[in-house]
Order: sequence, then structure tokens, then C-alpha cells
Amino acid sequence: MKKTSVYILSKCKSATIDLLPIVGVVCFFQLIVLKQPLPDLGTLLAGTLFVIIGLVFFIEGLELGLFPVGEYLSYALIKKGSLFWLLLFAFLLGFSTTVAEPALIAVSYKAGEIAVENQLITFDKVEAYTFGLRIAVALSVGCAIWLGVLRIIKGWPIYYLIIGGYVVVMLITVIAPKEIIGIAYDAGGVTTSTITVPLVTALGVGLATAIKGRNPMTDGFGLIAFASLMPMIFVMLYGLIIFG
Amino acid sequence: MQWINVIIDWGNTVMETVKDISPIVILVAFFHIIVLKKPVPQPRKVFWGFVFVIIGLGFFLMGLKMALFPLGTLMAEQLTHPDFLSIPPGQPVHWHHYLWIYVFAGCIGFATTIAEPALKAVAIKASQVSRGMISEWGLRLTVATGAGIALALGTFRIVTGTELYMYLLVCYIIVIVQTLFAPKDMIALAYDSGGVTTSTVTVPIVAALGLGLSSAIPGRNPAIDGFGIIALVCMFPIITVLGYAQLMLIIKKFSKKRTI
Repeated sequence: MKKTSVYILSKCKSATIDLLPIVGVVCFFQLIVLKQPLPDLGTLLAGTLFVIIGLVFFIEGLELGLFPVGEYLSYALIKKGSLFWLLLFAFLLGFSTTVAEPALIAVSYKAGEIAVENQLITFDKVEAYTFGLRIAVALSVGCAIWLGVLRIIKGWPIYYLIIGGYVVVMLITVIAPKEIIGIAYDAGGVTTSTITVPLVTALGVGLATAIKGRNPMTDGFGLIAFASLMPMIFVMLYGLIIFG
Repeated sequence: MQWINVIIDWGNTVMETVKDISPIVILVAFFHIIVLKKPVPQPRKVFWGFVFVIIGLGFFLMGLKMALFPLGTLMAEQLTHPDFLSIPPGQPVHWHHYLWIYVFAGCIGFATTIAEPALKAVAIKASQVSRGMISEWGLRLTVATGAGIALALGTFRIVTGTELYMYLLVCYIIVIVQTLFAPKDMIALAYDSGGVTTSTVTVPIVAALGLGLSSAIPGRNPAIDGFGIIALVCMFPIITVLGYAQLMLIIKKFSKKRTI
């Protein structure tokens, strides 16, 4: 019993330390730079407490659930020896976790507004446009995880692929419609959610550990990098197709 | 706020997390039952793990919505307000009037990245895989520094109205040059650290800052200029992590030479 409470206390302490910088920055700017009192102190304190509790539970659940599941699945799929199922799993993982991502829905909604304001599309087409954008991003993340897993299996060095991706991004930027570039660049960042990142990381590291001749450090990481690069390319291509 | 409302809000947030996590659960279950025809090992432990993740994210998001998001938005508005900047009406606004904005953006970018659960997850994993060679805090501080620089630069870009692709092009060139010289086993992790910074905590604050700033500055269109900070936040951690790895390598070489 005593052991458990010591364990929980140490977890709470580490979550509190994670939050200290935010508290410091907010207090400094609000009290010293803006010279204003903190509004609604009770709600603020309750909210901060909630964030700490949430962090403790999340990190605990990560080690109990998300990490083991990601690792075990990659071991089991490698042991099964079927490249098809492994790559299908990779694609579906990327696609299904992205298509319903709230941050993506918010961004594509915003993108729809911009397109209407700039008279790129008529108002009645805005729904189809935002939906198409979401599908484009989800497809791109699916392809990204698929390509990333293929890279781990084949042992390709990551920098050729990523730098190649940078070159493609720059080339498409030249011909892409101006109104979509900002959204396309940001789309890369919003797709990687808090649940997807640990699972995808565990999958990559698990694969690189299970396959002989792969180093978990050099080969295991990198899936997230693809997932934040590929959406830029796909969204700009989508803009090219829609707006000509 | 009344406690009943808090409980209802919490319930809604948990339901949203359940919605987020359900495709993963369905996918994992499908592969276990249909493809592998084997159950998950230690199903009870994994079950509680997923429950903890859902409860945890519920509390986490709820707390952010109560405390950080409203306050962050309010502060972004106050800092961009002409009264605070003490610019006499009618006078042209210069980029250096917004100095406090850059400082605020940099600090808040650093602070929210430290609290980002996705980054913590990757740092834990990196520390395990490298057998402690990469320290959890070392990676998190380096990534957070990168995110801070990116945010400060992103707000500067909105104020000056310079083209986003120019910034990105320069970032790409820096990363390519760094990749040539960086220690090979750090490259993949460094590339990953760009994407993990932009999750739950950072994105809403960044969005509020970008939109607030671009609507406060004359001549900026929030619909177009409000974007772009996230793209920079995805790039700068790569640069700082590669730079840090390079620095460690140089220090190691230098100290070896001296001992010989």
C-alpha cells in the first residue's frame, strides 16, 4: 500500500513539473507585462489540477496499453511473415486515426471558409470540398505510415526519402494555388494526435527490433516524420486538382 | 462554474476521446481476431491501459479548456491590442512594436511543448531504445527550444507579412546540410521530433495567437496569414535536435583529443 502511494506521488510530481513552465509564463505575462490580475482563479486552479490528473493517467495508460499493443502487433505481424497484412495494417492505422481527428476537422472547416471568401468555390460546394480535404489528408497519412513501414522493412536510409519529400513540396509550391499553400503546410502538423503518436512510435520501434539487421534507433523512428510531410504534398495536389 | 456543469463537460470530453480512440480499438481487434487469430497478451492490463488513456485525456483536455485555452487566447488578444502597444492612432506600425509578442510566443511555445503528452511518449521511448544514451529531459528541452524559436519567428512572419515558403525553404536547406554531418543514429528521431510537438496543447494556442495577431495587424487577412506557424513548429525542432546531436559529437571528439 505504501509502495503504491509513493509511486502515485512520484507520478504526480513529474506531471506537476511538466506544467511548471506554462504556469510560469502565464503568470509572468499576466502579472508583470500586462499588469492584470489572473481572472477567475478558482477555475484556473481546478483546470490545472485536472491537467495534472490527466497527464498522470495518460502516461500510465500509455505504458500499460498503447506501447505494448503497438509493439506486440508488430512482432506478431512480422512472425506471421505476411508483408501484405503488415502494410495493410500500416495504411489503415494512418487512415483511420486521421479521418476523424478533431484538429483536422477544424482546419478543413476553416479551409472551406477561406475558399468561399476568395471565391474559389461556390457556397453549395463547400461541404464536398471540406470532406475531400479530410479524405486527402487521411489518405496521405495512410500512405505515409505505409511508406514508413516499407522503409523499415527494406532498410532504406530515412534521409533520402525525407529530403526527396522536401524537394517535392518545394516544386509543388511553385504551381499550387496560393490560397491552399498555408493550409497545406499546416496540415502536416495537425494530423499527428496524442493517441496516434505513441502507437505509431511503438509500431516502428517494435518492427525495427523484430526484423534482423535493423537498428531500433536508426530504423525504428521516422514514421511520424513521414506523417507530417506527406499531407503537405497531398493537400497541394488536391488544391491543384480542384482549382485547376 | 457549477460542479454539475463540470461533470457534464467532463463526460462530453471523455465521449470525444472514446470516439477518437475507437478506430484504433476496432483496427487492433480486427487484426487480432481475423488476421492473427490470437488474443492480445495480458488483455486485462491492456484494457486498463486504454481506460487510463481515455480517462487521462478526458481530464487533460477538460483542464486545458478550463484554464489554459481561455487565458492564452485572452493574453494573445491583450498583447496585440493597440492600447498595450501604446502606438498613437494614425501612426504606422513597425515590426519592433510587437517585441513582447515575439517574447510571449517564444515562451509559450517552449512551455506548451514541455507539457505535450505526445512528446513525452516519444522521449520515454527514445530513452528506452537508446538505453539511456538519450535522456528524456534532454530531448524534451531541445525540442521545446526549437518550438519556441519557431513560434517567435512565426509571429514575426505574420507581423512583417513575408512569404511563408521562403522560411520553409531556408529551414529545408538547413536540415539537409545538417543531415550530411549529423550522427546517423539521431537522424530518424530528429525528423520525428518535428511532428510530435504539434498536438493537443500547442495547436489551439498557436491558432489563437496566429488568428489574433493577423486580425489585429492592418493589412493582414486572418484567413490567409493566420496559417503557417504550425508548419514552422514542425521544422525547428528538427534543426535544434540535429544541432544538439552535432554539438555533443563535437564535444566528445574535442575532449578525446585533449585526453590524448
